[in-house]
Amino acid sequence: MERSVAYENDLNFKATELRLGLPGTTDEEPAVSSVRNSKRPLQEDIEDEKCVANGNSESQNEPTAPPSKAQIVGWPPVQSYRKNNSQAKKIEFEFVSGIYVKVSMDGAPYLRKIDLKVYKGYTELLQALENMFKFTIGEYYERQGYKGSDYAPTYQDKDGDWMLVGDVPWKMFTTSCKRLRIMKGSEARGLGCCGA
Amino acid sequence: MNYFPDEVLEHVFDFITSHKDRNSVSLVCKSWYKIEKYSRQRVFIGNCYSISPERLIARFPGLKSLTLKGKPHFADFNLVPDDWGGFLYPWIKAMARSRIGLEELRLKRMVVSDESLELLSKSFPNFKSLVLVSCEGFTTDGLAAVAANCRLLRELDLQENEVEDHRGHWLSCFPENCTSLVLLNFACLKGEINLASLERLVARSPNLKSLRLNRAVPFDTLQRLLMRAPQLVDLGTGSYVHDPYSEAYNKLKAAIQSCNSIRSLSGFLEVAPRCMSAVYPVCENLTFLNLSYAAGLQSIELTKLIQYCRKLQRLWILDCIGDKGLGVVASTCKELQELRVFPSDPFDAGNAAVTEEGLVLVSAGCPKLNSLLYFCQQMTNAALITVAKNCTNFIRFRLCILDPIKPDPVTNQPLDEGFGAIVRSCKGLKRLSLSGLLTDQVFYYIGMHAKQLEMLSIAFAGDSDKGMLYVLNGCKKLRKLEIRDCPFGDAALLEDMGKYETMRSLWMSSCEVTLGACKTLAKKMPSLNVEIINESEQTEFNLEDRQKVDKMYLYRTVVGHRKDAPEFVWLL
Repeated sequence: MERSVAYENDLNFKATELRLGLPGTTDEEPAVSSVRNSKRPLQEDIEDEKCVANGNSESQNEPTAPPSKAQIVGWPPVQSYRKNNSQAKKIEFEFVSGIYVKVSMDGAPYLRKIDLKVYKGYTELLQALENMFKFTIGEYYERQGYKGSDYAPTYQDKDGDWMLVGDVPWKMFTTSCKRLRIMKGSEARGLGCCGA
Repeated sequence: MNYFPDEVLEHVFDFITSHKDRNSVSLVCKSWYKIEKYSRQRVFIGNCYSISPERLIARFPGLKSLTLKGKPHFADFNLVPDDWGGFLYPWIKAMARSRIGLEELRLKRMVVSDESLELLSKSFPNFKSLVLVSCEGFTTDGLAAVAANCRLLRELDLQENEVEDHRGHWLSCFPENCTSLVLLNFACLKGEINLASLERLVARSPNLKSLRLNRAVPFDTLQRLLMRAPQLVDLGTGSYVHDPYSEAYNKLKAAIQSCNSIRSLSGFLEVAPRCMSAVYPVCENLTFLNLSYAAGLQSIELTKLIQYCRKLQRLWILDCIGDKGLGVVASTCKELQELRVFPSDPFDAGNAAVTEEGLVLVSAGCPKLNSLLYFCQQMTNAALITVAKNCTNFIRFRLCILDPIKPDPVTNQPLDEGFGAIVRSCKGLKRLSLSGLLTDQVFYYIGMHAKQLEMLSIAFAGDSDKGMLYVLNGCKKLRKLEIRDCPFGDAALLEDMGKYETMRSLWMSSCEVTLGACKTLAKKMPSLNVEIINESEQTEFNLEDRQKVDKMYLYRTVVGHRKDAPEFVWLL
């Protein structure tokens, strides 16, 4: 860049300069299709590569270093179908990485743990709890809570309060639930808005 | 020469199945040529532009099974622009018109339109098998036509294609009386599937041996499908996410246990790791395991699974298995012949989770290893020399160090000696891909020792024309050579022009070859098509002969220039 500025003040040697290339093109190397000139790298270049490859990713920031590997078209040589379909999966992997919460059941000798990410909604979750502890939960009513059995599923939220499972949207529940407790008997019945 | 009537010769030729052998047979004498010509049923065309559909049909009128490959290999890595070519339609049109009794079609890197699929489905009443690998250009509408019209369809195998999903009910287009399916692979489809249709289809396909599902097929459907098809030999799961404590999970466990013919397992496109224990019972008989799309599995789960796979012959896996995990492979899978380790994050070209250590462990534990694709963080000469000593049977050796010019990190030397050891030791090597810091010396070794080499892929390697010349002069059986970003130029290209007539194709991109040299080559060798791919705005007339070309692809052909080249492809 500095070169062309200097030339403007001169006899415009640049316009009459003999070089390989079409008129109107500059002599900047196309950055995208190769890591470097096809000449052998100087020792410094190799050192740079070593730093970049072996060091932390923070060391990739020198402006004079060779273009980072991400810029090389077609490298690494992974089939584009695989590239397109691997990235999507990476996101899903985060999705399935699991929200494990303890589940206690009144009267049971030990607690269990479940992964909330595995369930798509309350129905699946409650079914799973029913299977795990061999009991029935009853039906959820917005006003009265769970009717039809001796049990009520509750959870402790981020504030430490014990809440009835099912009141808030599922996603909100999975992000705020810290542990689950299946309450039994009179305590459970007391959670109903209108009592027994 | 003819002591036998034609029918006897024909019967004898029936036993000769390899393409090479049949080609040799046809050269013996005129009458053998004629008999072989009419009795040939299977034809393999490695480059669709080396011959025309019309000449193919004239040459082999009894054609029943055709394999066609289109775009050059580097198209896989986005080095070939869209619309370059490789269209299927002209082939279908010609075969339909000539009443060819086509039964099988196998395509790789071709552009397949819905129109061509539709024409295919209506033109060949005995059509049985369609295999599409890395193709594009079609939608689920094309698949619907195949499903609806190919009454005798046995195989529909879609491998890693980019398919536009119109969410139509293509699966429902299989007629109720279609019961002939043996293989159904739609794992690459992205859209929703009519699950009920799928279940009914599987239920009425008693010969179904291979089933690979896409991501839209959930866990409970998988369970029901397995109940209907316990005879499956090859299974690809779709979504594999469920609560391991549920009834559905127990049912799946039971269903899998009744599938005692499963020898090949893949998929797990979405996966809940805790559900993997359900597949342990089939592991002990597995010969092929492909977890290369199962990004949801960590090294721990992978190694737990692999510990059960004592009979494994082929393993495709992600690099998150790590060197230690490869150690488990080495100590468990004594029958292993093929290993492919893919990068978990193909965009972050700096952080593979395996190194030379994992490869050395596998080479030590798996003496039958003959085919390798290995993406890794680094490699040393010492490791390659050890691998060469441990495994002398390599037929395919493809190494990709993510940093393309990385030297041996211990000695800071190029990897010439390491690869040299591989080619010296593996006398049967047919395919080789190089990476890392490499000088002309490695090509000297390759030219000297790789006498059976048929395909060589080179990137960012070499110092001068000498490198390329060593290869062209020494590798007598070379068929495909693909080079990118190397300092090879006109002298190497033009030294032995006749060599290219003995090869299928040569690709050179971002090298030192000039337009003038390409023109010279094209002029002197009319049996070659020399194509330049030029994506800048310059036209053929503005470019000077001494200008370097960005991408050159040349191939031998008997039909001259192709008629379907787009604007950006110059036919010299």
